[in-house]
Amino acid sequence: MKDIFVLIEHRRGEMRDVSLEMLSGAAKLGGTVVAVLLGKDVDAFADKAAGFADKVLYVNDAMFDNYNSAVYQKALSALIKEHGPGVVLMGNTAQGVDLAPALAVELGASLVTDVTAMEMEGDKPKPTRTFYGGKLDAHFTLKDADLYILTIREATFVAEEPSKSGEIVKVDNPVTEDVPYRKFLEYVEPEVGEVDITQSTLLVGVGRGIREDKNLPVVEELAQAMGADLAASRAVVDAGWLPSDRQVGISGKTVKPKLYLAVGISGAFQHVTGMKGSEVIVAINKDPDAPIFGIADYGIVDDLFKVVPKLVEKVKELKGA
Amino acid sequence: MNMVVCVKRVPDTADSEVHIDASGKDIDKSRLSFGINECDNYAVEEAIQIKERLEGTVTVISLGNKESDEVIRMALAKGGDEAIRLEDDAFAGGDALAIAKALAAAIKGLEYDVVFTGALTDDDGFAAVPVALAELLGVPHATYVKKVEILEPGKKAKVGRELEGGLMEFLEIDMPCVLGIQTGINEPRYASFKGIKQAAKKEIALKSAADLGLEASDLGEAGSWAVLDSFTPPVVGEMAEILEGEPEETAAKLAAILKEKGLV
Repeated sequence: MKDIFVLIEHRRGEMRDVSLEMLSGAAKLGGTVVAVLLGKDVDAFADKAAGFADKVLYVNDAMFDNYNSAVYQKALSALIKEHGPGVVLMGNTAQGVDLAPALAVELGASLVTDVTAMEMEGDKPKPTRTFYGGKLDAHFTLKDADLYILTIREATFVAEEPSKSGEIVKVDNPVTEDVPYRKFLEYVEPEVGEVDITQSTLLVGVGRGIREDKNLPVVEELAQAMGADLAASRAVVDAGWLPSDRQVGISGKTVKPKLYLAVGISGAFQHVTGMKGSEVIVAINKDPDAPIFGIADYGIVDDLFKVVPKLVEKVKELKGA
Repeated sequence: MNMVVCVKRVPDTADSEVHIDASGKDIDKSRLSFGINECDNYAVEEAIQIKERLEGTVTVISLGNKESDEVIRMALAKGGDEAIRLEDDAFAGGDALAIAKALAAAIKGLEYDVVFTGALTDDDGFAAVPVALAELLGVPHATYVKKVEILEPGKKAKVGRELEGGLMEFLEIDMPCVLGIQTGINEPRYASFKGIKQAAKKEIALKSAADLGLEASDLGEAGSWAVLDSFTPPVVGEMAEILEGEPEETAAKLAAILKEKGLV
């Protein structure tokens, strides 16, 4: 079996969780696991990765100080041609998604993105991913190729304790020329709003099911009755109904309140990632198959516009009592 | 600035039940409503706003059957100039790569500065078309784009990509390029009545696989990275305890649970 390359993802001095998750998952697939680390003075990450990999290929160059998929593509393509791995794993992240499809086209590799489970059939990965916002699992057979690239959803594998001491091999940067057509400029932090929902004890999360911004008072009243803050799914923020500092999920905030009451939220992975650590999760949604019920502790399958006003009454009664 | 915007007609499954059909490889779409893919709607708006600021043209392209004309015409009604629809039975079963190959073949003959696509689709969610398309066209790309500023029309743009946690990565990119647009980048407009009337009269150029010069090996399953074997219902953890009854009862039950747990 050919080697498995795992691309180590890091940003602004931090190795991202998906890196160790993928290394731990790759170790169970059989074959030699090679961590590929592109960065500038990130020896600490090389040491860390070595605890999970049979080998670390480490390219230390200022070109990789900040992520740029154009530069990454050139470097990875050269390393892959030289070392000939059979499988490359990278995170299905803002980095991986910006890189993997172009790399696959360039190298004639077969690619499946956003993989949520995989096993090996001989030398070939057999991936599963989701469709329709997590409402179905889809099982794929990759087209035969010399190289298979998979982008792995965060938390697909569990990062385990270090158990290896892979050799760290420093290699010269295979990219010898500047990449003029795409240049990194800067990172910009998200705006800070009035309420920091990461500090809230009780959150009422509102999703697409609210339908129109004029319906927002329905959930605002509930939040007020409960003494909770309002959080939102991406759809509600995109529509401009609530400010972006209320957004929960991968591209928003990660919250861990005592209670997360999800109203009209279907529970796509992107949202759930940001709130699954809540102590108690309650979901109100009219779709019985909504993925949110798979992670909620309690659920009401009904029209939110009928249930929420009643809930406001009941909460007020209990509070008054 | 000459722009191309790629749009896809997709079923709206966010708020509906999804059922696997008898083939096991598709869903029962008979009771679903359809519309433009959400990210694509923002991509259309971005192209039209740039056209309004800097002048130029917007060509709308969609791969799909006759029913896709409705999403194409809506994009034309908002300000699109020309439209191409790629239709061929041989496109069926194609993944992001096969779609990107067909789009690339259609776009290659056009003069363009920027190709806009949605960053991902609501159905398969591969999020691979814009980046694969750019590589096929041999031009730079950026995806998850939530900010576009044209620095020099036809030459350079400053682009903001949305990363995890709401962090933005800004970069400078040369044109021509492909940008995968994320939702929330702008406020998509509604088409005017006049726009809709005018769009209804516009011609949508049809192109088959042969018109595009595509080989059998580029098309459908043969032209894909991977082939779908089957759908299954997702493996869920322990399901929530579902509170049964009329709204009055379920609300009372929930309120009691919250009270018992000291949450209200």
